[in-house]
Amino acid sequence: MDNKHFSCSNIPGPDNIKQSTLANGIQILSYQNMNAETIYMIGILSNGGDCDPPQKKGLAHFTANLLSRGTRGIPFQQFHTLIESAGANLAFGCSSRHTWFRGKSLAEDLGLLIKLASDAFRAPAFKDEYVERLRRQLLASLALRDQDTGENASLLFDQSLFKDHPYAYPVDGYVESVASIIRENILDFHHTTYRPQELSIVISGAVTHQKITRLAEKYFSAWEIKEKNTAKPMETIPQAPASMIRKHRFLPGKSQVDLIAGGFGPKRNSSDFVPAYIGNNILGQFGLMGRIGKRVRSQAGLAYFASSSVSAWADTGTWDISAGVNPENTQKAIDLIRDEINRFISEDVLEEELENSKSHLIGRMPIALETNAGIANAILKMHRFNLGFDYYRKYQTMLGDVTPQEIRRVAKKYLRPDQLVITSAGPGEEQL
Amino acid sequence: MVNIHTLENGLTILTNEIHHAPVVSHWVWYRVGSRNELPGKTGISHWVEHMQFKGTEKYPVDILDAEISKAGGLWNAMTYLDWTSYYETLPADQIDIAIKLEADRMKNSTFNPHETELERTVVISEREGNENEPLFRLSESMRHAAFSHHPYAHEVIGEMADLKKITRDELYNHYQNYYNPSNAVLAVAGDFSTELLLEQIEIAYADVPANPVMKHAIKPEPELLQSERVIVEGPGETVFLEIAYRAPSASNEDFIPLMVLDSLLTGPSSLSMVGGGSVSNKISRLYQKLVEKDVAMSVSGGLQTTIDPYLYTILFIASPDQDIDQIIHAVDHEFASIMDNCIGESDVERAKKQARALFAYGSESITNQAFWIGYSAMFAEPSWFEDYLKNIEQVTMERICEVAEKYLINNNRIIGIYQPEGRNINHGQ
Repeated sequence: MDNKHFSCSNIPGPDNIKQSTLANGIQILSYQNMNAETIYMIGILSNGGDCDPPQKKGLAHFTANLLSRGTRGIPFQQFHTLIESAGANLAFGCSSRHTWFRGKSLAEDLGLLIKLASDAFRAPAFKDEYVERLRRQLLASLALRDQDTGENASLLFDQSLFKDHPYAYPVDGYVESVASIIRENILDFHHTTYRPQELSIVISGAVTHQKITRLAEKYFSAWEIKEKNTAKPMETIPQAPASMIRKHRFLPGKSQVDLIAGGFGPKRNSSDFVPAYIGNNILGQFGLMGRIGKRVRSQAGLAYFASSSVSAWADTGTWDISAGVNPENTQKAIDLIRDEINRFISEDVLEEELENSKSHLIGRMPIALETNAGIANAILKMHRFNLGFDYYRKYQTMLGDVTPQEIRRVAKKYLRPDQLVITSAGPGEEQL
Repeated sequence: MVNIHTLENGLTILTNEIHHAPVVSHWVWYRVGSRNELPGKTGISHWVEHMQFKGTEKYPVDILDAEISKAGGLWNAMTYLDWTSYYETLPADQIDIAIKLEADRMKNSTFNPHETELERTVVISEREGNENEPLFRLSESMRHAAFSHHPYAHEVIGEMADLKKITRDELYNHYQNYYNPSNAVLAVAGDFSTELLLEQIEIAYADVPANPVMKHAIKPEPELLQSERVIVEGPGETVFLEIAYRAPSASNEDFIPLMVLDSLLTGPSSLSMVGGGSVSNKISRLYQKLVEKDVAMSVSGGLQTTIDPYLYTILFIASPDQDIDQIIHAVDHEFASIMDNCIGESDVERAKKQARALFAYGSESITNQAFWIGYSAMFAEPSWFEDYLKNIEQVTMERICEVAEKYLINNNRIIGIYQPEGRNINHGQ
């Protein structure tokens, strides 16, 4: 393996990631990067769609999106005049597990960004006017989602795999649930789930840690620690399906079917993750979408895109293959994908394939870490999944140690051709 | 600082040394896109781009596929209205692979007939994926209406009928004609020594001959004489309204003032096609007048940097019960107020700061730096990029009003509406 391009000098690690904790528990992590006159900031709170009440799916998402619609001290118009006049960006959103803000600005405007993020998180106005306007916008985006073949295949996949687990539900909810959310639900959700001790902020850019901490103290220290007064409902990751699940949602007026086939994958901090990550690169990423791309696109000409992906979280993960195909070729593509999975779990990957993928994944790290956004996201990942701040320093060794046998072992564990969840959406008879 | 070099065979080389990360981004740009396509051959430039990944004798498809990736590189290609580009971003010590590979496929791609047929269905599949999107269907109809004979009338992906019948030899001839050093620009940014890099490039391109490039004359598109409405029906519960004004070419002196005007109307947008960052548009005039007043759900807009005059488009998303004519009237009213000099100095200064910030975000990555210098050369001069901020700074309120009066007029536009099938949407003629 040729790794001469690997160098630790600029990689975030224990010596250049700075940390501090405010009195109210907010954790600050930073990386000083003087190569660009910009900064990138991410804040994540450890609550998201998993806190939605059963009949109010989309409540966390609704609440997060309202944060940028004005605060008790800064009305909507002023809030956005300040951001946009600085050429900055500050967005809010949520996932199943987190509520987040992300901001980007020139380094000179970091104070403004922190002030507005703090105000939005601590003291949002949730004015009726904006609740109703946002509701209309969210319903419009749900109408768009309803017509998107990729989104529909993905929703069906999550529902089929995760059953009643929070990952089964879309964070943006459903038309009925979003329509039923009232302002009091939002106020209550914000009051019970936004707590400073569960917030982490990561900043990379042309600014010192001392300055970041000073600004964070100035704008966030008035936020007092709040005790948890609600417990999250019990969650159980469902068992893998005992047999293959096949579902299709019919969408009229479409030309192409979007298709997903897969199942559970390893957790992010599992020892299976790195072998699965490299294996996935061989299966459906390397070059023009790996073995899957070669078989489905290059050799059969069935699809413009056909690739695989591994998504991993703290408690579970998924490993799946997706493709966009002409409706007449859906079954043909499924057969080819299953065939490739069979080969992948039956034979060790070739040494040459493995070395190529390792070299690719190690070599592209400097590219992934050349921007402030790339650095901040890498630090957040290490922090969120307790990977250790030396994770990327050890990256080359970790990947280098993986053998073909290990890849086959984890592939067999997670990719089971007869127990796949296969979902699709587009033309063709509905099968739900 | 961009340096310009030209090889004897006519290849222009643009370099920009940046040493903050051990990364190099290498782009080859060809002056061929859908603008150079004849009726019946639409989509041929994009399909040629696909064939460039099918191998040469020296780098057969499997080898070609692996070389950049195993070096830790990212690579891809794009075909657009005026150009086609190929890029590789790699660890700095791996740049030689990109140089050799691109030099080789400038002349030696094989266009194997079997591979060509397989790629036909891949390209058709790509088009079918686009057809799933309401905005693609609306855009395609709008461009047909906006241009009577200019090739900009067609989407880059091409017409389905043409994709079904273009032959291998037509693709190969298109490739042989347009893929020549004198029709190409090589742009490299990142961690290298220019002197050493030029030596590597000269060796790699020494055998690539300087063949002439035959280009079809493109008759200028006449002015639009009256506004037209295009209605597209399809599935869904969402209405899209697109208003497209004929706009100046990127090298025209009106282009930058029109960009600043767009920033005020619909919010700032980056011209970069490889990411970098964005600024929201909630205090833009049309957002304030339409979204904040519940007349539309969202608004966005943008100009394209093109060789010939193209379109300035404004897109609204609305629900079926919203009055489309009310949106159009509100737009007209807003434009009229701009023409009455209702732009404040602070608005212009805000637009300039936004442009500066977007430029800084877009300059953060090496890939973006290399993109910009080659991209500028496709529709203007490489200096377009270097002068961009200076030109933005020089825009005045008066110039903004001038371009508004010149371009934002009703006879100069096409109105396109995508509406749910079978729904009676409120819009007159």
